[in-house]
Amino acid sequence: MAVTREDVVKVAKLANIAIDDARLDALARELSTILGHMEELAQVDTERVLPAEGLSSGGQRLRADHGPADPLFNAPATFAPEMRDGFLIVPRLATHEGSPERSP
Amino acid sequence: MKPPPRAPDLARKLLAQPLTECVACVREGGALPSDLVSAAFDRADDVGAGRESLNIFLATDRVRATESAKELTALIGRAEAPGNLAGAPVAVKDNIATLHMPTTCGSKVLEGYVSPYEATVVRRLRANGAVIIGKTNMDEFAMGSSTENSAYGPTRNPVDIRRVPGGSSGGSAAAVAAGIVRLALGSETGGSVRQPASFCGIVGVKPTYGRVSRYGLVAFGSSLDQVGVLGRSVEDTAIGLEVIAGCDQLDSTSADVPVPRYELEKNARLDGLVIGKPKEYYPEGLDPRVAERCERALDAFRELGAEVRDVSLPHTSYSIPVYYVVAPAEASSNLARFDGVRYGLRVASESGLTGMYEATRARGFGPEVTRRVMLGTYVLSAGYYDAYYKKAQSVRTLIAQDFRDVFLSGVDVLFTPTTPTPAFELGAVKDPYEMYLSDIFTASANLAGVPAISVPIGTASGLPIGGQIIAGHFEESAMFRAAFGLERALAGKALPGEGSA
Amino acid sequence: MSAAATADYEMVVGLEVHVQLKTRTKAFCACSADFGAPPNTNVCPVCLALPGALPVLNRHAVELALRAALALECKVNETSVFARKNYFYPDLPKGYQISQYDRPLAEKGWLTIGELDEHTPVRVGITRVHMEEDAGKSVHDRYPGATAIDLNRAGVPLIEIVSEPDMRSAAEAGAYLRLLKQILSYAGVSDVSMEEGSLRVDANVSARIRGTTKLGTKTEVKNMNSFSAVERALDSEFARQVELLRGGGTVQQQTMLWHGTKGETRPSRSKEESHDYRYFPEPDLPPLVLDMEWVGRVGREIPELPDARRKRMAEEFKLSAADAELLTASAGMSEYFEAVARASLDPKAALNWVMGEVSAAINAAGVTIDQFAVRPADLGELLRMVRDDVLSHTAAKRVFARMVETGKPPAQVAAEEGLQKIGDDSALVGWIDEVLRENPAEATRYRNGETKLQGVLVGLVMKKSKGRADPRKVNQLLPERARS
Ligand SMILES: [Zn+2]
Repeated sequence: MAVTREDVVKVAKLANIAIDDARLDALARELSTILGHMEELAQVDTERVLPAEGLSSGGQRLRADHGPADPLFNAPATFAPEMRDGFLIVPRLATHEGSPERSP
Repeated sequence: MKPPPRAPDLARKLLAQPLTECVACVREGGALPSDLVSAAFDRADDVGAGRESLNIFLATDRVRATESAKELTALIGRAEAPGNLAGAPVAVKDNIATLHMPTTCGSKVLEGYVSPYEATVVRRLRANGAVIIGKTNMDEFAMGSSTENSAYGPTRNPVDIRRVPGGSSGGSAAAVAAGIVRLALGSETGGSVRQPASFCGIVGVKPTYGRVSRYGLVAFGSSLDQVGVLGRSVEDTAIGLEVIAGCDQLDSTSADVPVPRYELEKNARLDGLVIGKPKEYYPEGLDPRVAERCERALDAFRELGAEVRDVSLPHTSYSIPVYYVVAPAEASSNLARFDGVRYGLRVASESGLTGMYEATRARGFGPEVTRRVMLGTYVLSAGYYDAYYKKAQSVRTLIAQDFRDVFLSGVDVLFTPTTPTPAFELGAVKDPYEMYLSDIFTASANLAGVPAISVPIGTASGLPIGGQIIAGHFEESAMFRAAFGLERALAGKALPGEGSA
Repeated sequence: MSAAATADYEMVVGLEVHVQLKTRTKAFCACSADFGAPPNTNVCPVCLALPGALPVLNRHAVELALRAALALECKVNETSVFARKNYFYPDLPKGYQISQYDRPLAEKGWLTIGELDEHTPVRVGITRVHMEEDAGKSVHDRYPGATAIDLNRAGVPLIEIVSEPDMRSAAEAGAYLRLLKQILSYAGVSDVSMEEGSLRVDANVSARIRGTTKLGTKTEVKNMNSFSAVERALDSEFARQVELLRGGGTVQQQTMLWHGTKGETRPSRSKEESHDYRYFPEPDLPPLVLDMEWVGRVGREIPELPDARRKRMAEEFKLSAADAELLTASAGMSEYFEAVARASLDPKAALNWVMGEVSAAINAAGVTIDQFAVRPADLGELLRMVRDDVLSHTAAKRVFARMVETGKPPAQVAAEEGLQKIGDDSALVGWIDEVLRENPAEATRYRNGETKLQGVLVGLVMKKSKGRADPRKVNQLLPERARS
């Protein structure tokens, strides 16, 4: 399946990576080539096969409802790019100017 | 404590001795941990571990390592148990979280980031007396097979500095191969410990998935990742694995399976051991030097009393396509957290939050990481999930089933080449997919979650060649037994024209 | 909504309710789940999504989710699977939310609304109950041009309860929500407070011509902060859709935001309509395989639910249907009543006091029944003192007022305030004599046989004693003192 330039643009949006216009076509070609090698998977009959879902057996181990949490030896202020009054600061999302909306 | 008859010379010699001897000497007060630390740093200087030459380390901390060493000395002075790695200098791959030194994963996006917590494996190393001397170079986010994808320049192979050390744990492999440390931690997703071990002529272990905690290992492909051990000898790696293995309440995928002592009997024979030789790993086009060394290893097994049996793992050829769907898919999600909000690089932008995300990630990720994140995002996106991701996970089930069947058929371990070729020259492999094929013999073990080890089985034109032993889930004991036997059988059995492996 | 709108069109509503589980720690790390800490202080490597950190599921969160599922008559899946929902948002630290997707914790439940009104009961299907984690908090209005992020809430455990599109009016949706809230509160699953954000509602609404069965195109309505807002938003959105359809237009599938002040729904401005969440099984968490014996135990240990309690209390305490309904509207209130009824040995008095004085007091203080200063055992004792004639009813009200202020037990308050009934003859005689002296005309008429004045004189004595005199004894003593 050939990956088009438009696909690359769409995927780059989803992945939130800025791609130079000059790289778009090359990246589309590279991804097409790589995905071309994946095509051979279509030959395998997997109709009655369940997809692998984690390799650990015996289900999930659960944790008791108490602390303490694994401690931080340094507070977020020591590694965060920008903090104010204890809050992490980011540029405001354009669509959220003046909107009380929650994350989707 | 009695003043030991020590000298820097002794420490230097100890560094070249098996871990057991080195540790015993420290425990008996024969050598100070701080001398071993000094010897390791001196050795690093001697071999040119620095940026301009081998470029093994992304960070070292001699001052703190020396302090840790002195704390150990005090511990020994109070007759408290210093642990199974007492005083041993250890190097840790840069995608394993450590306090004090940065954890960058070889990426610009984490330049200067110092983790405020430590990985479980590092806590276990320290609790057992190991002294962490530095963080080793790697392909960015462990994506690569040559360590050329590091944002901080490639590591070179100590055996031949024109060549790559393999990857992605190239720095750890080089640190061991250059004699700076006896033991180093690496990480595996598709062969990133075994392949560099093979290229550098040392031993590399990938444990069973779930054998070792992943807490603090920066995730690449979560269902494939496992911390591995690189060492000079099978015995050293067994000691290292014993220390870091075991269930961890902080990792839901770590298995509650007891860790045995990996007893390695000197001069033990392998009578009764059945070694499978899977035909898919010996294709017609295999490098004849690699094929020849493998045959010699199989002969050595036979001489030790093992039975070599031809077997088949029919879905082997799909391991690379499956791997390069599953690993990038998981990576695309795992790497979403590098968004410039809480830590690491942030690149400001005119276009608000989305602009900040896009600029940060464009500047922070190198070309291979970008390629794989894009690939992974694509195969998970609407309309492609079934054709790629779900299909790949289904074929993965068949690959795992191949291993289950072969081990159920009475085979104890499998023997294969670790890599199709010896180490290649820097810059020699340019096509991404051709580079991906470096993992062709190793990725299956990750997909199936089974343990595997690479041991040196000889050289070709001075370049090391590795053989791989694969065992069933949690059967590391059988894997080590076979590896130890092979190692001893091949010792001093160099072919004409070969250097010592 | 105009009456005409409902004449030919019918509203179809399904609700998605997010409920915060009442755990001490977060879903996947051991950080405190409490509100109110300074920003970014209840955080750890896991909920900050530091490189290398991994999730480990809270057992109590699973237990509470199971309780909710079982209280809603769902079928619990022995194996369920966590999945990653991938999207970028600054209050979502990992860049994905751990949720459940194609294999949820539980499915196919129901609850029945309208049983108590004259209406025919409506059974609303529960499509699924699944577990997930909350995001952090984004504050958009604190700093100009910037958004402030607090991750204290990031990773707090939630369940999402998805209903079938089985409701046909805003009133039915309101009744569903009120009953759901009541059940979850009784089951101890959650604080279920929309004000505090521990219960959030999104609605899927569509319109279709009455009598047809095909579903119309739905919109998702968000941003409602109370049950009545949900009802108003539904009516408003339904009216908008009907108007569109009447005019020959079509409804666009989109997210609408409720603007309460304007009383209308508007399309969401976020351009995130084309979300591609790229769900895939969470590789950091093996499938959740439940020990079905444990599930059975959780089911058996669910606290009494509203329906059962209503019936039991009506019978045990001889309450009218209306009183039982009122009392059990809140789990806390009904528990409080029951404790008072048992401690006082007087259910009737308990009912009057709980519905009267207690309700008034907590409303006045703006607290919940759990925070109320007067513990039920103390109120029970107070009622017993009235029954045993230790306190008059008037005095009891004053004691209660002091108890509300101080939280002290009734005997202590009564003693401190000198409010216990006085049956001591000398004190009573003193007050009676004073009253007779101060009201000579009435005293004379009484002596002359006008016995109906007995009540007036006793009242005056009670007043003089500030309610402390034992009226029974005053009645006995009065004729004798009048004659002397
Ligand atoms: Zn936390």
